[in-house]
Amino acid sequence: MKIGVVTFPGSLDDVDARRAVTLAGAEPVRLWHGDDHLGGVDAVVLPGGFSYGDYLRCGAIARFSPVMGAVVDAANDGLPVLGICNGFQILCESHLLPGALIRNDSRRFVCRDQRLRVDNASTVWTSDYSAGQEVVIVLKNGEGGYVADNATLDRLEGEGQIVARYLDTNPNGSMRDIAGVSNERGNVMGLMPHPEHAVDPLCGAGTDGLGFFTSVLGQLAAHH
Amino acid sequence: MLLCSITAVTAQRVIDTVSAAEKDPDAQQPWADLGLKPDEYAQLREILGRRPTSSELAMYSVMWSEHCSYKSSKVHLRQFGDTMTDAMRERLLVGMGENAGVVDIGDGYAVTFKVESHNHPSYVEPYQGAATGVGGIVRDILSMGARPVAVLDPLRFGPLEADDTRRVLPGVVAGVGGYGNCLGLPNIGGEVVFDPSYAGNPLVNALCVGLLRHDQIHLAKASGAGNQVIVYGAKTGGDGIGGVSVLASETFDETGPAKRPSVQVGDPFMEKLLIECTLELFAEGIISGIQDLGGAGLSCATSELASAGDGGMHIWLDRVPLRDASLAPEEILMSESQERMMAIVEPSSVERFTQICRTWDVDASVIGEVTNTGRLVIEWHGETIVDVPPGSVAHEGPVYQRPYARPATQDELQADSADRLPRPRSGNGLRATLLTLAASPNLCDKSWVTDQYDRYVQGNTVLAQPEDAGVVRVDEQTGLGVAVATDCNGRFVRLDPFAGAQLALAEAYRNVATSGARPIAVTDCLNFGSPEDPAVMWQFAEATRGLAEGCRALGIPVTGGNVSFYNQTGDAAILPTPVVGVLGVIDDVRRRTPLGFFAEGQHIWLLGETRDELSGSEWAHALHGHLGGLPPRVDLDADRALADVLIDASRRRLVAAAHDLSDGGLAQALVESCLRDGVGASISLPSGLDPFIALFSESTARAVVAVAAEHEARFTDLCTARGVHHAQIGVTQGRDREAALDVYDQFRIPLTELRAAWSATLPAAFAD
Repeated sequence: MKIGVVTFPGSLDDVDARRAVTLAGAEPVRLWHGDDHLGGVDAVVLPGGFSYGDYLRCGAIARFSPVMGAVVDAANDGLPVLGICNGFQILCESHLLPGALIRNDSRRFVCRDQRLRVDNASTVWTSDYSAGQEVVIVLKNGEGGYVADNATLDRLEGEGQIVARYLDTNPNGSMRDIAGVSNERGNVMGLMPHPEHAVDPLCGAGTDGLGFFTSVLGQLAAHH
Repeated sequence: MLLCSITAVTAQRVIDTVSAAEKDPDAQQPWADLGLKPDEYAQLREILGRRPTSSELAMYSVMWSEHCSYKSSKVHLRQFGDTMTDAMRERLLVGMGENAGVVDIGDGYAVTFKVESHNHPSYVEPYQGAATGVGGIVRDILSMGARPVAVLDPLRFGPLEADDTRRVLPGVVAGVGGYGNCLGLPNIGGEVVFDPSYAGNPLVNALCVGLLRHDQIHLAKASGAGNQVIVYGAKTGGDGIGGVSVLASETFDETGPAKRPSVQVGDPFMEKLLIECTLELFAEGIISGIQDLGGAGLSCATSELASAGDGGMHIWLDRVPLRDASLAPEEILMSESQERMMAIVEPSSVERFTQICRTWDVDASVIGEVTNTGRLVIEWHGETIVDVPPGSVAHEGPVYQRPYARPATQDELQADSADRLPRPRSGNGLRATLLTLAASPNLCDKSWVTDQYDRYVQGNTVLAQPEDAGVVRVDEQTGLGVAVATDCNGRFVRLDPFAGAQLALAEAYRNVATSGARPIAVTDCLNFGSPEDPAVMWQFAEATRGLAEGCRALGIPVTGGNVSFYNQTGDAAILPTPVVGVLGVIDDVRRRTPLGFFAEGQHIWLLGETRDELSGSEWAHALHGHLGGLPPRVDLDADRALADVLIDASRRRLVAAAHDLSDGGLAQALVESCLRDGVGASISLPSGLDPFIALFSESTARAVVAVAAEHEARFTDLCTARGVHHAQIGVTQGRDREAALDVYDQFRIPLTELRAAWSATLPAAFAD
């Protein structure tokens, strides 16, 4: 099983995402922002970082990179796509996911071990969790406040597209404590916390994040 | 319209050339405004055999400045080399004098690390000052051929409650985070210290650690006549020109470009591209010499590269890509625009070089070539504007034996010991003191600051703040890793600069050993007041002597660092603050020792001897605003023995947790070890010792450790064998809601209450 990890100029957690893919038992494939194809991978991860410096809105430039054209087409055909942090922002800018991510309400960057609840364990990225499972995942962002209009938020709740929510303190002012959302089909997911930094108890917050990567492998294997 | 006016200004500008200097030898020059002394100007005329051109004057004035030439500190810094033994040199692959020192950590790996200051810019413009401080040290590390893998930021501010601290601190912290986070560098440690002496002069120091293979070491030298000189990265602008504007403005009329701020503006995204691009260039093996453009910009890079290599270089300055076409050559030479590098490349590799740069969207321009003439010649549109021996710019600046004298007031200061201060006697009094100290600015929870830094990126962070040392994994297979800690108690240095510097060294050394790593090298950032003040110069002389002797006693070399003088407001100097960074190596990061208690029923041991040493302590400072007396006694032999115990115990997996004792003494160490994972402790203070002294003394060479019952005999044998005093002082409790720090016969503090006191201070001070 091959999982592509895109490197944009300014991507930072691409190496970590590739490591997580390996630990989950898949083969990581490096994808470059200038490529207009995905090299036949079975799923794609858009990693965290500051693509193109994020001097405009986060993800606003990455959205127009050649590789994102291929990602959008493949996602619409059902390819599993996970956007982490900056990747989540890019997915929103690309309109693969609804809503937007704005500056943290504290107006400060925040890095902490965050408790979350997995609300939907039936997406391709969360099937190895149980619904309502509480996990601890590293969170680190400056612009992680999830916003959408009320109608959209109600629809997301109704359709089970709110995949994960913050527990304890809401670290960035996200509406309805949203930490992650999926598209209607459930193959595209955006997550503000960093599961790739919760796969090795030695160098992160435990191993609770590994499930996102093993979930997609299980789902892909089941459909092969 | 704008373009037209710039062209007009350029046309009006009179360019001072070497031939003009020869024709007009007595022209008045603004050397004094540029900070040169009369004898320095005379010396430079003698070197050149004529008056300097304005470009030459600009180059010499910046390169001979205190910041670049170390002219006041050089004679003292020599001790670091003079006191180095062969054993200390064993691991040293590159020593002082290069961009950063490089040490061998085994398995073919090497580590380069250095700490630098960016104090004054951070006071003027906190965000950009701090951000570009990080950027500068990262490029130094990159220039050695290394991938930067971690940063640490020792920070010092005025009183927490001061208005200006509320201006400076949030900006500095956001700048450190904004730049470092965007580079993808984990921030794994540092310090946040408050003292009134830093009110008008915060200290913003930045340490970077880089990793490389032995065969990847690169040096700053330009060798091989005909090799090409390439400048790559950001374009050159008018930022950070500072004093040189004085000179440049002489040739401008009123319509010339406005004076730029002398604080540089950082672009971390460009730096991230520069890092990845440069590492790919290294991997390709096409860089024969490299230097970052930091302080003094092109003047520094060209003169240092040339003087360290074959000795000659020819530069066509008009080929430097500019952000502002109206810049004068003097300004281009002095510009401190960020995110630029200079590389020396063989002609046949230039095409491959520019190809790799294009992959990363990095601009690269050939601006000159290496020669064997022994001269640094710089041309501007066909005219020679600089023709100098490069060594005279880079290394042969003035050297001063600044007068120094122990101030008469030092005796009075040392006589005013903390013994006269009222001490709490009752359990309730001790309890209140502990809570006040835990909530005091210097000892309180710093996560308001450190949560703004990414400590996880790169996925190799094994320990990060608030741990005693930051630890990063170097090799995923073997578990090889490095540990780094920075420390300095400026109050101790003020009371006794010689001992104080050694105490800073001892604390950083102890912190590294506490994590389980073996200390192997030192970097220092020597922050002091004005070298023209004999009392300050005495502090500096004593501190460097203390540090050099301390390093020899501990057997670890100083590999590089930085001196920052003129840290003062008016006549009042800051507390002398020689920040010491110690690097350690750990063969397997899986055996690292964390500071927090995390299992119930483990025995808590106090290692080392406690004496009545409260002068200069956090207690005297925070509760009484007192500074006087003598600092704790230095005992480097005891610290060495303690380190051996801590490292051996880690290697044999005998200790579950360990925490060094420093600011706030045993009390604060217990607070931090309990709160880290919410595990309580029942403590019986050692008999025969006054409870106040036991809790709050800051005697050196001490640590607390938690040991599981089955390892106890082997652990105490280890202590006995090394002659380290050890006393069991308690046992860890559970982590339930009732968990408390319970000091038998004295007081009990529920951890909920303790945490509330400890963690409220900074959020309250910086509430929106």
